[in-house]
Amino acid sequence: MPKPILTIKNLTKIYGQNVIFQNLNLTVNEGDTVVIIGPSGTGKSTLLRCINLLTRPNEGQIWLDDLEITAKGTDEDQVRQHIGMVFQNFLLFNHLTALGNVKLGLTKVKKMSDEEATKKAMHELSRVGLADRANHYPGQLSGGQQQRVGIARALAMDPRVMLFDEPTSALDPELIGEVLEVMRKLALDGMTMVVVTHEMGFAREVADRIVFMEKGHIVEEGSPDEMFNHPKFDRTREFLWKITELYGKKEKEAE
Amino acid sequence: MDFSQFLSYIASGTVYTVGVTLIALPAGLLIGTILALLYVYGGKVAARVMNLYSTVFRGIPPLVLLFILFFAVTRGVNLSAFWAGSLSLGMVSSAYQMEIVRGALLSVSGDQLMAARAVGLSRLQAIRYVVLPQAVRLAIPPWSNEAAIVIKDSSLVYALGVPEILRRAQLIGASSQRYLLAYLSAAIIYFLLVYATTRLLNHLEQKLSIPSNP
Repeated sequence: MPKPILTIKNLTKIYGQNVIFQNLNLTVNEGDTVVIIGPSGTGKSTLLRCINLLTRPNEGQIWLDDLEITAKGTDEDQVRQHIGMVFQNFLLFNHLTALGNVKLGLTKVKKMSDEEATKKAMHELSRVGLADRANHYPGQLSGGQQQRVGIARALAMDPRVMLFDEPTSALDPELIGEVLEVMRKLALDGMTMVVVTHEMGFAREVADRIVFMEKGHIVEEGSPDEMFNHPKFDRTREFLWKITELYGKKEKEAE
Repeated sequence: MDFSQFLSYIASGTVYTVGVTLIALPAGLLIGTILALLYVYGGKVAARVMNLYSTVFRGIPPLVLLFILFFAVTRGVNLSAFWAGSLSLGMVSSAYQMEIVRGALLSVSGDQLMAARAVGLSRLQAIRYVVLPQAVRLAIPPWSNEAAIVIKDSSLVYALGVPEILRRAQLIGASSQRYLLAYLSAAIIYFLLVYATTRLLNHLEQKLSIPSNP
C-alpha cells in the first residue's frame, strides 16, 4: 500500500480576478517522482509555491504526511524545512560560496555546529559531484553547477519531498544533462519528487506519474506509458507530441 | 604671522569637522538603516510614515533644520552647538541614507528572500543572513557619495559658532585681510578629507566584492 506524502485537496488559487487553478487534487506517494507538464501560465509554478507555503492558496488543503500544513497557525518555517525547493533561476545566495549556500540552513535553521554543518554540506556537494567547487562563489560557477548547488542546498535539509520548478529551463542545452543526471540519481535513491519540466526524456524515463495541467486544471494523469502511448484525451496527445518534437530535437542537437 | 601658523590655525578646525562627520554619518546610518528596514518590511503604514519622514527631511535645507534644532529645541535641553549641529546633520543624512539602504534592500530582496525562506529560514533570519549582507555591498557606492556630502555639509555648523575649518578660515581671513588664501586653504583641507574618504570606501567596496568570473 503506497503511503501518500503529499495530499492536495480542492486547492484554489486566485490572484485578483485571475483564477490560477481551481479545485485541484493531487496525491504524491512516498518515493514517487511526479512530473507536471503543461503550457506556460497554467499554474504549475504557483502550485509548487503553494505546496511549500511561499504563496497561500485561497481555498483547499495540503497535507504533508499527516500534518495539514494549510491549517491556521502552522509554523511555516518548520514546514519548509521538510520541503526542498529548486528554482528555475537557481537563486543561490550570491554572497556565499557553494559550501556556504548549503551550510546556511544547517547552521541557522537546524542549529548544527559549524563542523557538523560543513561535514553534512560537503556530503551533499559530493552527491551532486561538486565537492571540488565547494569554495567557489555562484558567480564563478556555470549554470549547471549553480543548479546542482541549489539541489544540494535543498537536499541538505533532509526534506520529505523535493519540488523542482523548471530546473533546467534557464540552462544552456549542453548543461541540462548534468542536472537531469543528478535528478535521475535522486529518484533512483527513492527521493519523493515533484518536478515541473518540459524535459520529456526525463519524464518518460524517470517519472512514476505524469500530470498534464492546462488552464488551471489537471487534464489527465497517468504513467509515462499511458500518457505517451495511450492518452485518453486528444489535447494530451497534441501537447506531448508538440513538446517532444520541440525538445527532442534540442536533446539530439545537444548530443 | 607666517604662513604655517596661518594654515595650522585653520587646519586645527579639522578636529571639529571630523568630529561632526563622525557623529552625523554613523547616526544617520543607524537611523537610516532601521527606517529603511521598516520601510521595506514593516507593512504599508510604516512605509507611509517613512516616506513622510524622508520627504520632510529632504525637503528642508540642512541649515534651517540646524537653526530650528539649536534655537528652538535646545531651549529646553542643554545641547551644545557642536552636538546640536552634528545631530541635525545626522537627521538630514538619515533621510538620504534611508533611501540608499532602501534601494539596496529592494534590489536584493524578492527572489533572494524567497530562496532563503524556502530553505526554512525565518523572515528575520533571511533578512539578516541573506538580504543585508548583499545589500550592504550594493549600498557602498551611493553611501560613499553621501559620506562626501556630510563631510562638506559639516561646514554648516560654522553658523552656530563651532570653530571648525570654515569658521576659522573666516576669522583669520578677516583679521589678516587675506580672504582668498584663507578660503583656499579651507577648500584644500575639505577636498583632502573627501578625497581620502572616497578612496577608502572605494577600497572597501573592492575588498568586499563577491568573486565572479569575468
